[in-house]
Amino acid sequence: MKRVFVNEKWCLGCRLCEYNCAYANSGVKDMIKALKGKNIYPRVRIEGEDGITYAVSCRHCTDPICVKSCISAAISIKDGAVTIDHDKCVGCFTCVLVCPYGAIGRGETGAVQKCELCLENISGYPACVQGCPNRAIVYEER
Amino acid sequence: MKKYVIVGNGTAAVGAVEGIRSADKESEIVIVSEERHHVYCRPLISYYLEGKTDARRMKYRPDDFYDRNGCRVLYGVKAVKLDAENKSVLLDDGSQLKYDKLCAATGSSAFVPRFDGLDTVEEKHTFMTMDDMLGLEKAVRPDSRVLIVGAGLIGLKCAEGLAHRVAEITVCDLADRVLSSVLDGECAEVMQRHLEKNGIRFMLSDTAQSFEGKTALMKSGKTVGFDILVLAVGVRPNVSLVADAGGKCGKGITVDARSQTSLTDVYAAGDCAECMDISCGGVKVLAILPNAYMQGRCAGINMAGGEEEFDMAIPMNSVGFFGLHAMTAGSMFDESNGGEVYRERTGNGIKKLFSRDGRLTGFILIGDVDRAGIYTNMIRKRIPLSEVDYEDLKKIPNLFAFGKKYRDKILGGVV
Repeated sequence: MKRVFVNEKWCLGCRLCEYNCAYANSGVKDMIKALKGKNIYPRVRIEGEDGITYAVSCRHCTDPICVKSCISAAISIKDGAVTIDHDKCVGCFTCVLVCPYGAIGRGETGAVQKCELCLENISGYPACVQGCPNRAIVYEER
Repeated sequence: MKKYVIVGNGTAAVGAVEGIRSADKESEIVIVSEERHHVYCRPLISYYLEGKTDARRMKYRPDDFYDRNGCRVLYGVKAVKLDAENKSVLLDDGSQLKYDKLCAATGSSAFVPRFDGLDTVEEKHTFMTMDDMLGLEKAVRPDSRVLIVGAGLIGLKCAEGLAHRVAEITVCDLADRVLSSVLDGECAEVMQRHLEKNGIRFMLSDTAQSFEGKTALMKSGKTVGFDILVLAVGVRPNVSLVADAGGKCGKGITVDARSQTSLTDVYAAGDCAECMDISCGGVKVLAILPNAYMQGRCAGINMAGGEEEFDMAIPMNSVGFFGLHAMTAGSMFDESNGGEVYRERTGNGIKKLFSRDGRLTGFILIGDVDRAGIYTNMIRKRIPLSEVDYEDLKKIPNLFAFGKKYRDKILGGVV
């Protein structure tokens, strides 16, 4: 299965991935309307210190502890991708409590959200990868 | 072909089914379900009262789960006697079930202490099961006054669930603070103030002693009038099936890391069973859903002849009340227990990290809970603080503090 991987040494810290992620998941067609003047809630986050930066998003673990821990059975694995069923989620944040990588966060409404590889949104292909100017994020089989 | 019997139909039972099926796709699985419900997410009963979920969405597995996994579910029957020597279990309808491997996933029950006059209370409820909750829901009216005995997770989640549906809620507890099993005094105060702001009234260091109709006589001598009484004093693991058969029990059913009891071919998992809490090295009953699933799955794999150990259990809870989230994990060793505490007030909340012997052993976070899993993982994996930049991590959970090698592994490889 293809996953999103990070090449730390190529990351410029430009945060384009964050913007492209927020746009792809906004449901709004026009990028300006989706992002301009708004707080964005991307599912990939740039972090780092001392000039070193890298993108963090859901690892789509092979044996994900968030799936086993979810008290509302809202997280499941579909063809290898870890996905959240927002209809079932009650917002208890147990997934936030157990994700070893801090890759599950809160969205605009306060509900949990995470990278779902853009498989269900208008992008159809990880938007963070597509827009990365330096191939610091790639989508491939490893 | 083997025959598997699982006693219980909750989270641990599902874990056992999925564990068995990961290794044995053929043999029959019989599930003995005292409750007449398809498996549901038990911790969600308060969210149902609150209107955040419903019976359909609360299902822990889809409707076809049992069919797809070749399970026969016996609803509305109780396992009353286990004969481990002859490998059979007697049900309360008089029938006998033979098994090759049995898993006790019997859960826990609400503990109701003896109160004088409890029989004079018309509307008294416990809050553990779907039926408990539906019974309580039937009783509530917009003008109801509710008295909840017990300010633990169950009592307070019940209070939150009822808050917008009744006139008045009073919560009493013999402990001097709310959530006394998971929060220390300072953190409990933060949460209590928030709950009070949302209309919940507390009577702490005080509890109901006796009842007379719609009046509770408190230990302090005060009286409290109520229409509905909820008893959320505590829970007890359901050990009797295994204990009466001669299986070793402590507070819960004693199991090894493979989830096997002291009885041959009898396993146990979930709220009825003990496990090793690796954050303190002690044996405990950790009655939380994630552990029930993982221990159940471990039991199932071993029942089917595989090899699995459940060796990463820690207590942990993530719970929100009226929009304020609290997360706790591990063991809270403070200075009096040879530990070190990092403490920080954060906005409307608080953060405490507990460490001992060079390892993070526990934490309490109220308010800012973002990325708490990075801390939880440090406890679970017993990561030495000497291998990370703990000073940096104290301020904010991040991956930078773990170094490049760790990052390359988790962000550049399949985990």
